Amino acid sequence: MIQADISHPLHTASGRGKLELAFQLHQGELLALSGPSGGGKTTLLRILAGLLVPQQGKIQFQDQLWLDTSARIRLRPQERQVGMVFQDYALFPHMTVAQNLRYALPKGGPHTIIDELVRTVELEELLHRYPQQLSGGQQQRVALARALVRRPSLLLLDEPLSALDSPMRARLQDYILHAHQTFNLTTILVSHDYQEIRKMAHRMIRLENGRISEEGAPETLLGKRSPRTPAEFLRFEPLHDGRCIAWLRLEDQDVSIPILDKAKLNWTPGQKVWVRIDG
Amino acid sequence: MDAIFWETMGLTFRLAAVTTACLLLIGIPVAYYLAYTRHPLKPFLEALVSLPLFLPPTVIGFYLLLAFSPNSALGAWLQEHLNIRLVFTFAGLVLGSIVYSLPFMVQPVQSGFEHLPLNLKEASYTLGKSRMETLFRVLLPNVKGALLSGIVLSFAHTVGEFGVVLMIGGNVPGVTRVASIAIYDEVEALRYAKANEYALTLVAFTLVILIAVYSFNRRHHNRLRA
Repeated sequence: MIQADISHPLHTASGRGKLELAFQLHQGELLALSGPSGGGKTTLLRILAGLLVPQQGKIQFQDQLWLDTSARIRLRPQERQVGMVFQDYALFPHMTVAQNLRYALPKGGPHTIIDELVRTVELEELLHRYPQQLSGGQQQRVALARALVRRPSLLLLDEPLSALDSPMRARLQDYILHAHQTFNLTTILVSHDYQEIRKMAHRMIRLENGRISEEGAPETLLGKRSPRTPAEFLRFEPLHDGRCIAWLRLEDQDVSIPILDKAKLNWTPGQKVWVRIDG
Repeated sequence: MDAIFWETMGLTFRLAAVTTACLLLIGIPVAYYLAYTRHPLKPFLEALVSLPLFLPPTVIGFYLLLAFSPNSALGAWLQEHLNIRLVFTFAGLVLGSIVYSLPFMVQPVQSGFEHLPLNLKEASYTLGKSRMETLFRVLLPNVKGALLSGIVLSFAHTVGEFGVVLMIGGNVPGVTRVASIAIYDEVEALRYAKANEYALTLVAFTLVILIAVYSFNRRHHNRLRA
């Protein structure tokens, strides 16, 4: 179990704020973090990973104290059993896929874990390619596999699917769920996509201005919302199969929905539209 | 091209090679520190490293001469306790060249580090790798172009330096008389043809090096874009 109690200043586009929250996470749980940009989601992940030391805080992971600012205890990222997938994947551009995976292997670690991960996220055909020769979805799979080579106990996913189109998103959600279960992980996923949260998370926390504004089961929280919600239409984005997705701004978040025939909609950017959120 | 010419050119390139090797050892840690530190003294340290770019070389040479002269406390101490004499010696030339060319190594490498996405370093840390391993296996391979620029600029700049060398090294044939001093010396003696031999060699050398660097950087850039 993870217990965290954190206080840290936030500097966002809308001004200064403070990340102030306490939460628990159970072994094997998949927690979704949601909320408007600048709310502190990425800052929280960076603090959990040890990449950022909060002004004040305590993080207990099982029987290991990762952080206690009052006692000046701070485990470095290397000493925490954390895997992290960054929003833009952070693959090493000078290494092939195989080299990226091997780099993550601890000294003397078993190579079998790499073979297993390559099979799990279907990377067999891509092993000798460089990251810049891969699509977004392929890079995401490599980043996920690389984060798992070290057999972390806690997996942190910072909006890893936000740049992908809908069909690819759905496939990668399955990969993440599969990895979460296969490797007995505790996972925190940052996501703005309600469908994704409903499909994947056991529990969700909505962070607003650095504080928890809502916490609970996704079906309970998302079900509470009005069935018809106003949104601002932003743009259409074509998919390879002739369909497209529409990007909407919904309560300060950008969400995407698949559209079968955009000609029938006649939406223009900035137009107010109504969307129905399934409970 | 006589024996003195080859001796002078040999000394020039030996000085440039030793200086560049020392600058690699010193410049990479300095560049790494300046790229990632948030210490309030960072602007001061950056200004200190860049100082040789903006000062007349004779100013640096003058202060080094004062510092290492056997009459100064430091110079006397070095000679007495370590038996090291830095004025009018090759070792002194190397030291002066290191100070003078430091920004030419530090600035491109620092800029290379600063332009790398921060999350490459952070990803490596979350994969359990130490700072040292991250530096050598992730950061440096991704700033190869900047590193090459630093090496070439430091080497070429050392080959071409005049003021610092003259102040601290003087004009001792075979010991401190490098090509730039030799050109000055030959022109003073109205031996223009001899001065031209040195000058033309330096022009040709510098041109070849720069073409090689631009070609490498273009290939490296194209490979990353592919």
